[in-house]
Amino acid sequence: MNNRDVAVLGVGYTNFNSVTPEVNWKELMFEAAQKAYQDAGIDPRTDVDSFITCAEDFWEGFSIFDEFTPDQLGAALRPMHTVSGDGLQGLANAYMQIKTGLFDIVVVEAHSKISELLTYEDVVQLSFDPIYEAPLSKGVHPYYVGGLEMREYLEATGTTEEQCAAVVVQNKRNAFCNPLAEFEAQLEVDDVMNSRYAFDPLKALEIAPRADGAIVFVIAGGEIARSLTDRPVYVEGIGWCSESPWIGSRSSDAAYVKRAAQMAYRQAGIENPQLIDIVEVDDQFAFKALQHLEALGLARPGEAGYLMAEGAFGPQGQRAVNPSGGSLGCGHLMEASGLARALEGVLQLRGEAGPRQVEDALVGVAQSWRGLPHGTGAVAIFSRRE
Amino acid sequence: MKETVKPRGKPLSGEEMKQVCHVVARPQVKYAWAVGVAMSHFLAGLKQGKILGRTCVQCERILVPPRMFCERCYRTTDEWVELPGTGVIETFSISYIDTDANRIKEPIFVGVLAFDGAPPHSGIMHYFGEVSQDAIHIGMPVEPVWKPGGERVGAITDIKYFRPREGARPSSNSKRRKRG
Ligand SMILES: [Zn+2]
Repeated sequence: MNNRDVAVLGVGYTNFNSVTPEVNWKELMFEAAQKAYQDAGIDPRTDVDSFITCAEDFWEGFSIFDEFTPDQLGAALRPMHTVSGDGLQGLANAYMQIKTGLFDIVVVEAHSKISELLTYEDVVQLSFDPIYEAPLSKGVHPYYVGGLEMREYLEATGTTEEQCAAVVVQNKRNAFCNPLAEFEAQLEVDDVMNSRYAFDPLKALEIAPRADGAIVFVIAGGEIARSLTDRPVYVEGIGWCSESPWIGSRSSDAAYVKRAAQMAYRQAGIENPQLIDIVEVDDQFAFKALQHLEALGLARPGEAGYLMAEGAFGPQGQRAVNPSGGSLGCGHLMEASGLARALEGVLQLRGEAGPRQVEDALVGVAQSWRGLPHGTGAVAIFSRRE
Repeated sequence: MKETVKPRGKPLSGEEMKQVCHVVARPQVKYAWAVGVAMSHFLAGLKQGKILGRTCVQCERILVPPRMFCERCYRTTDEWVELPGTGVIETFSISYIDTDANRIKEPIFVGVLAFDGAPPHSGIMHYFGEVSQDAIHIGMPVEPVWKPGGERVGAITDIKYFRPREGARPSSNSKRRKRG
């Protein structure tokens, strides 16, 4: 591996909304892409070497989705491919393309137009093992797997339901300071505890609502980024990992994140993750945020819930966790969720996070989980290298 | 060197295939796609019997179906324009096979036309009708045949098909092989 470094040259994004009937998915992507190119100060028709979209055909509703992406990204007649996975997995591809020296500037796009899928539960159902697990899930909302995983996590770590509820309170409160977010709310732990059990012990308010939106990252070789911007944010490491798909053999400690984090920390030369300033973890379900914090090594097993309830991860705490509001506050953006976490990292490290700006942030981590019923995650480390 | 290979065994019959263990499922998937800014105007135009396009002043094209951005120049397109609806055939195929791969008696003419007033390769795909296999040719002038106003719903099928326009050459002088 050569020593070339990799940096974020530009970012662009739309608002995150529960419905977006005013635009189609091409127009949504165009808005985010245009902003990213403006932010990066580049022309996609001449300056970008490769384009990557993160999309899943079943979310979109038509097959071979990648064939429908070039126009709105400026990628017509250019190298282009789709990653069927979360945005951070797309970012990993861009990282490799630049690190190897194959390309200088690479664009990564991820989006959600999930409001247009009218049978979301049925499509999630389709991602179960078709021969063994799907027949057992007939007539049941597939998120019951979240209930299974939560109960096992609570039992294994001694985390309480109230501590999980504290994640909802904090993230929805943080979202008040994020103009992109739509699901901000002023709640108390009791409000969450009194919300109905959806999949006991998982409660209705602990499930991130779905949202539409698009995010585009422009990634470049470090030497190019330094010549084009005075505020490069470096991708210091990126890892990803998948567990076995069998629900019966799943870890209760998010092993997919542990492994992905080891890979990313090694590349970034991070020996003590406690030195990370900005943390954006996947919180599609409230307990997942705690599980993921522990898997990232930012809390000992069973400790994340206590620290969360104490406010240690809040805006005034020892380390900011999900200052963006996370998926609970911004909405679950499907394949764009990981890029939403990374976007917050970049804005914070650039000092552009407005009212939620964390002082003197130097290093950030963004973590994604591809969602139920599977165990795939990715971890990316960003820094502004003072 | 060729060797004759004698087939061994026999193909499985439908009944025998049923003895193989399968899990059968029918996915329930439904979508409602927002058509977006550009196509909303376009489809509303069709309902009124109008064909609308968007101009890009940089590459001097008229985009039909319209888009809010030009993929060549990567910029927002400029203005709405109404096209006369007439045009010429750019390419076509005559389909003798239906979706179930059955032979059909009345072949379906599908193709691409370029609108008068718009540059080549910015036209639309549609059906052609009131035309014979022998007469249809590249460059043939055509015009839209609309559904009656009351039947139009704002869909591309509000145009039934395009037919040869007055003054079109009666038969092809292209080298296309005649079908027997
Ligand atoms: Zn143009």
